[in-house]
Amino acid sequence: MTDLFTTIVSSPVARRVGVPQPTRLRRYEPGMPLCEGPVLVAGGGRFADGIAAWLGGEGVAAVSTLPDSGDKVGAVVLDLSAATDPAELDQLRLLGAPAVKALRRNGRVVVIGTDPATLTDVAEVTTQRALEGAVRSIGKELRSGATANLVLAQGDARDGVRSAVEFFLSGRSAYVDGQVVRVDESTSVDVDALRPLDGKVAVVTGAARGIGAEIARVLARDGATVVAVDVPSAGDALAKVANEVRGTALQLDVTADDAGSRIVEHATTRHGGLDVVVHNAGITRDKLFVNMDDDRWRSVMEVNLRSVLRMNDAILGEGGLADGGRIVCVASIAGIAGNRGQTNYGASKAGVIGLVTALSRQVAGRGITVNAVAPGFIETEMTARIPFATREIGRRMNSLQQGGHPKDVAETIAWFAQPGSAAVTGQVVRVCGQSLLGA
Amino acid sequence: MASQSSPRAPRRVAVLGGNRIPFARSNGPYAKASNQDMLTATVDGLVARFGLAGERLGEVVAGAVLKHSRDFNLTRETVLGTRLDPATPAYDVQQACGTGLEAAVLVANKIALGQVDAGVAGGVDSASDAPIAVSEGLRQTLLAVNRARSAGERAKALTGLRPGHLVPAIPENVEPRTGLSMGEHMALTAAQWGITREAQDELAAASHRHLAAAYERGFFDDLVTPYLGVSRDTNLRADSTVEKLSTLKPVFGKGDGATMTAGNSTPLTDGASAVLLASEEWAAEHRLTPLAWFVDAETAAVDYVHGDEGLLMAPAYAVPRLLARNGLSLQDFDFYEIHEAFAATVLTTLKAWEDPDFCRERLGLDAPLGSIDRGRLNVNGSSLAAGHPFAATGGRIVASLAKQLKEAGGGRGLISICAAGGQGVVAILEA
Repeated sequence: MTDLFTTIVSSPVARRVGVPQPTRLRRYEPGMPLCEGPVLVAGGGRFADGIAAWLGGEGVAAVSTLPDSGDKVGAVVLDLSAATDPAELDQLRLLGAPAVKALRRNGRVVVIGTDPATLTDVAEVTTQRALEGAVRSIGKELRSGATANLVLAQGDARDGVRSAVEFFLSGRSAYVDGQVVRVDESTSVDVDALRPLDGKVAVVTGAARGIGAEIARVLARDGATVVAVDVPSAGDALAKVANEVRGTALQLDVTADDAGSRIVEHATTRHGGLDVVVHNAGITRDKLFVNMDDDRWRSVMEVNLRSVLRMNDAILGEGGLADGGRIVCVASIAGIAGNRGQTNYGASKAGVIGLVTALSRQVAGRGITVNAVAPGFIETEMTARIPFATREIGRRMNSLQQGGHPKDVAETIAWFAQPGSAAVTGQVVRVCGQSLLGA
Repeated sequence: MASQSSPRAPRRVAVLGGNRIPFARSNGPYAKASNQDMLTATVDGLVARFGLAGERLGEVVAGAVLKHSRDFNLTRETVLGTRLDPATPAYDVQQACGTGLEAAVLVANKIALGQVDAGVAGGVDSASDAPIAVSEGLRQTLLAVNRARSAGERAKALTGLRPGHLVPAIPENVEPRTGLSMGEHMALTAAQWGITREAQDELAAASHRHLAAAYERGFFDDLVTPYLGVSRDTNLRADSTVEKLSTLKPVFGKGDGATMTAGNSTPLTDGASAVLLASEEWAAEHRLTPLAWFVDAETAAVDYVHGDEGLLMAPAYAVPRLLARNGLSLQDFDFYEIHEAFAATVLTTLKAWEDPDFCRERLGLDAPLGSIDRGRLNVNGSSLAAGHPFAATGGRIVASLAKQLKEAGGGRGLISICAAGGQGVVAILEA
């Protein structure tokens, strides 16, 4: 997907004259080490010891102080979950600044805090809320593919903290930057790290091409049996994806009244169950608000939002999604920041965020999690058609100074889908390289 | 001493589903697609629908009527290009327009006998990417040159060449023994049976109406996979009416009595189809629900050259034999799929079964087979609307009828397909 402009600005000549060069991001491949180089774990919070022990078990050296040798570190995990007074925020600076300086290419800064929503003391809430501003600012300062993210624990969320820290340290989160994830006290069991979705049946809508096809590939790579769903008119591309991931193709329009029940029926009769549903199907029909017509408005609402609500009724009904199941929606930064010409799309995607918040509470008792990704500028056939100037701005206006790949979105979805992510629900994670839009 | 193994009882054969690409009028969107291209896409669509990637099937059987000499192993070459396990054996069959259904009969029989557990039966035809051969004169000359042992002999052989030899031999839709096209043959039969223009146009309009309605209700969502940007049969005219069809000029037959037009005859078509057949056990192991059972089949042939029977009348003979073997009457069916080679073919066949003289003299029956409920005929459209890529029609009908039977909650369906050479293949499905 390299265009002429990209070829020129990434040429050696451009490099010499000082055109900023995006770093090649370290993206997850099975078998790749979690992190390159030792991880500094510090801060004195209630999770630090557990994280250090777990890292050791993963074969990653966890150190409590920076190496005297001046060797660089792969990541820094600062556990400030115990901080109760703004004065303690000094620790962030004292421990973090030298570590960030010693960070390798594609390094990671992960800060662990306590979810302010679970606190009542004003000073404590103030302190924990402050972490978010600091982490987001660090994200904007980091270079060379490094990212900074914040994990907010609700109570003794050991498994949740571990799952989120693992995700943020790994190459799965290559294009996830400046994000805040809340984790609850749900516990989870250990699974095969190479095939965390082994034995799971996952449905992906809009799977014929682009991000949807990549979601199917990543879920299959992680061990899931994939049901690839798309409209009948995309059936040829869909068949290729389904065959590539050794899953099954289901040609169906998600806006059909019986779409949800047909998905459930296919998954349960053909594959014996349903564990993961990824509502990826979506369309854009852009027009300025004052010129927006009935068809554009309704079709976007129907495909992006109302069909998801309808399908969820069937999916969450009797004989549908298994307890402990996963629903993942695809929102958009347009749903957070809004976008010119996208009142319909922005509304539908903001609606998806509302859906995730409300539904996650409703199904928590069944161990089902509901989350969303909000992709920023992702390099797809669709974005390749955006006019040149707009495309370059979209691509560059983020902390990582580049567009993301469909795989980056898929990896975040696959993380939500993992059994180990039981404590992650009601979350919207932006996969946008910390885009300036809606930040 | 080893005891002689006893024969196993035949097994039930399940029709699990099918796939086809939309059929397209020749020299249209598939003009540059080869038979192998289309069949590969079709089998891969079937593989995707049923999750068969990497699976070794008992066999894949398919064929094409218009076939290049290089495609001597068309089906096996196709399998090697699909996502099926390359260890899946394959072979070609060719029985003119009966190819697709005959392929299904062959696979079904092997499953019934326990020789294979699952297989794919299919067919493909391109009237666009047709084989063109050199003329017989040029061919004989070139062979003589090839046999020659010296430059002199070669030069001598080449003197046999005549300008007329350079005209290529293009395949024609003509019976080799009569020189008449299939349409001309049918026109003779239609005239003999007094089939009216109005009745033919009505049947054609109903075919378009039924096919369009089937698309509208999503009937083909799990039977068709788009190909080269086409997602519906290009011959389909949803707004076709008897009035519009009545304005077309006859193209077959002679004089005022000519009734057969381009509207009530099938056009030359490109396309491919495939069905998945399996034993009950295999279906259960693969968590697949049978749509219908492939019960029985019969093939008949008539002497249209020396006898006085019509070229496309063989199904009229095959069906009563099949009914007798299964203890059924013509009225014991919930659905009838009579391939619409021409509207007149269907009407003649139905009329013959109603005719006491024909049934007594030709079929040797005491009483006529009788008439059928026309509301049960080709309920999801047939070849007049969908088009007719010769070898692909059988697969289209088997899969569509099986799904129709499943949707109806059970029942029995009759398939009747006429073929060149005075042949006919018929079969029974039950659900």
